[in-house]
Amino acid sequence: MKKILIVDDEPNIVMSLEYAFKKKDFGVFIARDGTEALEIAEREIPDLILLDVMMPQMDGYETLKRIRENDKLSQTKVVFLSAKSKEKDIEKGLEMGADGYMTKPFSIKKIISDVEEMITLHNLPSSNL
Amino acid sequence: MSNYVVGLIIVMYLAMLFVLAYFAEKNPRGKWTNNPYVYTLSLAVYCTAWTYYGSVGIASRSGISFLAIYLGPVISFPLWIVVMKKVIRISKQHKISSIADFISMRYGNNRFLGALVTITCLLAIIPYISLQLKAVSETFSLISSENSYVSTGFLDDSTFYIALLIAVFVAFYGTRSTDTSQHKKGIIATVAFESVLKLVFFLAIGIYVTFYLFDGTTDLYNQASMKANFSQLTSLGGLENGFNWLFTICLSFFAIFLLPRQFHVAVVENDNENYLKKAIWLFPLYLLLFNVFVIFIAWAGNISLPDVVNHDYYSLLLPLQQNHQGLVLMVFIGGFTAVISMIVVSTLALSTMVSNNIVIPYGFIKRLVEGNPEENTKRIKNIRRVAIFLLIIIAYFFYVNFSAQLSLFSIGLISFVLIAQLAPSFFLGLTWRRGTARGAEIGILVGLAVVFYTLLLPIVSQVVMPNVKFVEVGLFGFSWLRPAQLFGLDYLTPESNAFLWSLSFNTLSFVGFSLRIKGNYRERNYAEMFVNHSNYENLQEGAFVWKGEAYVADIKRLLSRFLGEARTNRALRLFNKKHNISDTEEKADARLINFSEKLLTGSIGSASAKILLSSVSKETPISLVEVLNILEESKETKANNKLLLEKSEQLTAMAHQLKEANEELLFQDRQKDEFLDTVAHELKTPITSIKAASEVLEDDDMPLELRRQFLENISRDTDRLDTLIHNILDLEKLSGNRTELDIKKRKINKTIKKALKGVEQIAAKKQVAIHFKEKENVEVPFDEDRLLQVLTNLLSNSLKFTEPHTGIINIRLEEGDKAVKVSVEDNGRGIPTEDQAYIFDKFYQSKNQNTKKPQGSGLGLAICKKIVEGHKGSIWVDKGFKKGARLVFELPKSRNGT
Repeated sequence: MKKILIVDDEPNIVMSLEYAFKKKDFGVFIARDGTEALEIAEREIPDLILLDVMMPQMDGYETLKRIRENDKLSQTKVVFLSAKSKEKDIEKGLEMGADGYMTKPFSIKKIISDVEEMITLHNLPSSNL
Repeated sequence: MSNYVVGLIIVMYLAMLFVLAYFAEKNPRGKWTNNPYVYTLSLAVYCTAWTYYGSVGIASRSGISFLAIYLGPVISFPLWIVVMKKVIRISKQHKISSIADFISMRYGNNRFLGALVTITCLLAIIPYISLQLKAVSETFSLISSENSYVSTGFLDDSTFYIALLIAVFVAFYGTRSTDTSQHKKGIIATVAFESVLKLVFFLAIGIYVTFYLFDGTTDLYNQASMKANFSQLTSLGGLENGFNWLFTICLSFFAIFLLPRQFHVAVVENDNENYLKKAIWLFPLYLLLFNVFVIFIAWAGNISLPDVVNHDYYSLLLPLQQNHQGLVLMVFIGGFTAVISMIVVSTLALSTMVSNNIVIPYGFIKRLVEGNPEENTKRIKNIRRVAIFLLIIIAYFFYVNFSAQLSLFSIGLISFVLIAQLAPSFFLGLTWRRGTARGAEIGILVGLAVVFYTLLLPIVSQVVMPNVKFVEVGLFGFSWLRPAQLFGLDYLTPESNAFLWSLSFNTLSFVGFSLRIKGNYRERNYAEMFVNHSNYENLQEGAFVWKGEAYVADIKRLLSRFLGEARTNRALRLFNKKHNISDTEEKADARLINFSEKLLTGSIGSASAKILLSSVSKETPISLVEVLNILEESKETKANNKLLLEKSEQLTAMAHQLKEANEELLFQDRQKDEFLDTVAHELKTPITSIKAASEVLEDDDMPLELRRQFLENISRDTDRLDTLIHNILDLEKLSGNRTELDIKKRKINKTIKKALKGVEQIAAKKQVAIHFKEKENVEVPFDEDRLLQVLTNLLSNSLKFTEPHTGIINIRLEEGDKAVKVSVEDNGRGIPTEDQAYIFDKFYQSKNQNTKKPQGSGLGLAICKKIVEGHKGSIWVDKGFKKGARLVFELPKSRNGT
């Protein structure tokens, strides 16, 4: 079973994503901020992390940096979920080392298909997402 | 009084002067010696024995005409602010140390002119010094009990020894530094001190005579008016006498500028040109005080001492007649101080002139060039010391052989007439750029010749050839050539006559020859610098025009002969730094030549300095036109440079302002960007949530319970969107001041109650207690809807952050003189200190908030702030409140704010 970690401080959004991924038989874990996300990721080693950028305390960028520093998570894909939809924001996110960048509002169906693709096809060029 | 007692007192007095000078020299920067009062008092060296004794003599015989001598200076003083300031500035800049140096430099460092001025001064001042010695000697013998004693030669004449002691004093304190432009604090301090003494003592004797010997001024007047010649003594005389007055006033007007001792104290020793501001009213006041009692002492003398021949010494004889020995001694000491300060400053000034304008440029310059610095310093000092002793000794012998039959007053006037010969070259030199050295020389020579013929020849011939009658009949029998009545003017006093004709011929020759014979470029260069001083002042060395070839090494060698190696190096280093010249520069330019000339001028005078510098440089003569062009150019360059500098400073300032403005704009831009980003984020979040929920709801298998939950979420997010949009629009409206607030005087108590009603239900549900102590009659102007918004917001925040069941909210209403204060406090978790400053910012969210996002748009407090500020009030967090959060706002009672 593929494990996915959803990191967002908006409970309503998380609720929808959780429902959709569970339906697709993902093991779903939820974190409401960066610190909690690192804890869970370290413990569960998810295949993919959906990471919100704008969060209180530790933001998405900082969380990603910490994830990339952690050797245990070297296989984990990270996809940003963000309301910041400007070109330069997307570039910045990818430069930080994210495997994908999805802008809010998003289509759940699209997210699921992209995530599935990314996890099964390791060699997929990440930036095409 | 015995000779020994008087002698002892004199020696003790001189010893005291030595000590005083010693302490003044020890602390040259002290405030006791550096102030406008000491400066003014040192100017009072003008008042000599002539003033102290002579005025009384004149007043007793010819009435108030003695006053003319003091009116000149008084009239001239307002002019000092202009003329003296200029003279002082020029002298400081060029290190000028005497009137001879000043005039010589003005006419292109002319050696002959410097010497001529010096000789004129010697002619004028040596007899004057003699007269001072005469006064000492005569007063000494008057108060001495051994009246029968007659000295048989100078070796047993006490005056000779007094003169020598004065010479020792001057030589000791006057030649400590070879640089004559250096200040002599010791001497100036003693002069100022003596000026106080002589004034106080003279006033004391005046008061004694008027109020002790007589019964006040009225009594004196009544008694004096009985005398035969009284009316003559109290009137100004007719028109003829008017001319005498006029000329004497002119004479003293010039003297206050030109007398070597006056030039020395007023210009050379001046520390600060601002002292002039005090001096121009204090010095006339001093002169006035000095003259108050003169006429009364004169009347008293005429009444009480009808048989005395020499009226000069009334002030001494009156207390002597009463046998008031203490007073006699006091008057004697007072006169003695007047004598000493005059001799001290005069010999000091004259010795500098003799050494720098005659001895060095005409004889010693070659030897000085060959000598090493130590030897040269010694030599220059020795020249001056010898000059000081010689001057005083010559004055002494002049007194012994010549001055027996002259009064203080007449010798004083002759001296003034001689000195006045410098007036055309001095005053015109400062104002007329075409005046030349040749003109000045001839003018002074002609003037001196006229003075000699009209004033000195009659006196000398009386002594030397008593039989020659040309004084009475005129030269070669021409009556219009009678010396004292030249050209038939027979109503002037001899001095006025001499003054009129000498100065007329002098001025005419000066102007005439200056116009006829053009000066060389050097003269014209200095003429520009002196006449148009304010124009070239800031050019400094740049105002000096010089073309030619000279090597820095030669100049350095020359300078170090006089200044020593160390001082020379230091001076040149500073010079190079100031003008941005490389230390390795080999060729000297005009600025360096001028700078070196200045350095040398202080030690050896301007004429010698010029000679020395031309000995190490090859000067190319340049035309007058060129001089003027170069001057104009350097002035323009300087002005342009200044303008450029100003412009560039302005530009820098503007660039700085622009940068700041740009940064401010960028900052605002960034803020706006951030705000828009935040708005977008805040809007997108509920939209995302709604969209995601609706997508999941498409799943038909979803349990009913969950489905309801999602639908509820959608509904809540829609509300959230609505509030958000409403708040954003509200805030924008408030920010742009586009909303008119409906501010009216109302009872705030009512509005608070309304707000409470609005949150009542939520509070009840959460079981939070709200307390409000009502104050019904408090009235303050506000917009009710808006204030309701503020109150509701504060209350909702409190409700949000307090715990259910235990939560308590207190509302307080306080009325002050100028404002009404409302506070909302709770016992929730409070606002972290680091957030307190930001909670009124848009979308500010505490980093320390729980992971659970609080409800609300993030704009509530920002809107509250805008509203309160719209009322000209303020809102803040009470930092001192620790039990929870306490937010306070204040509304002014007057519409114009608190």
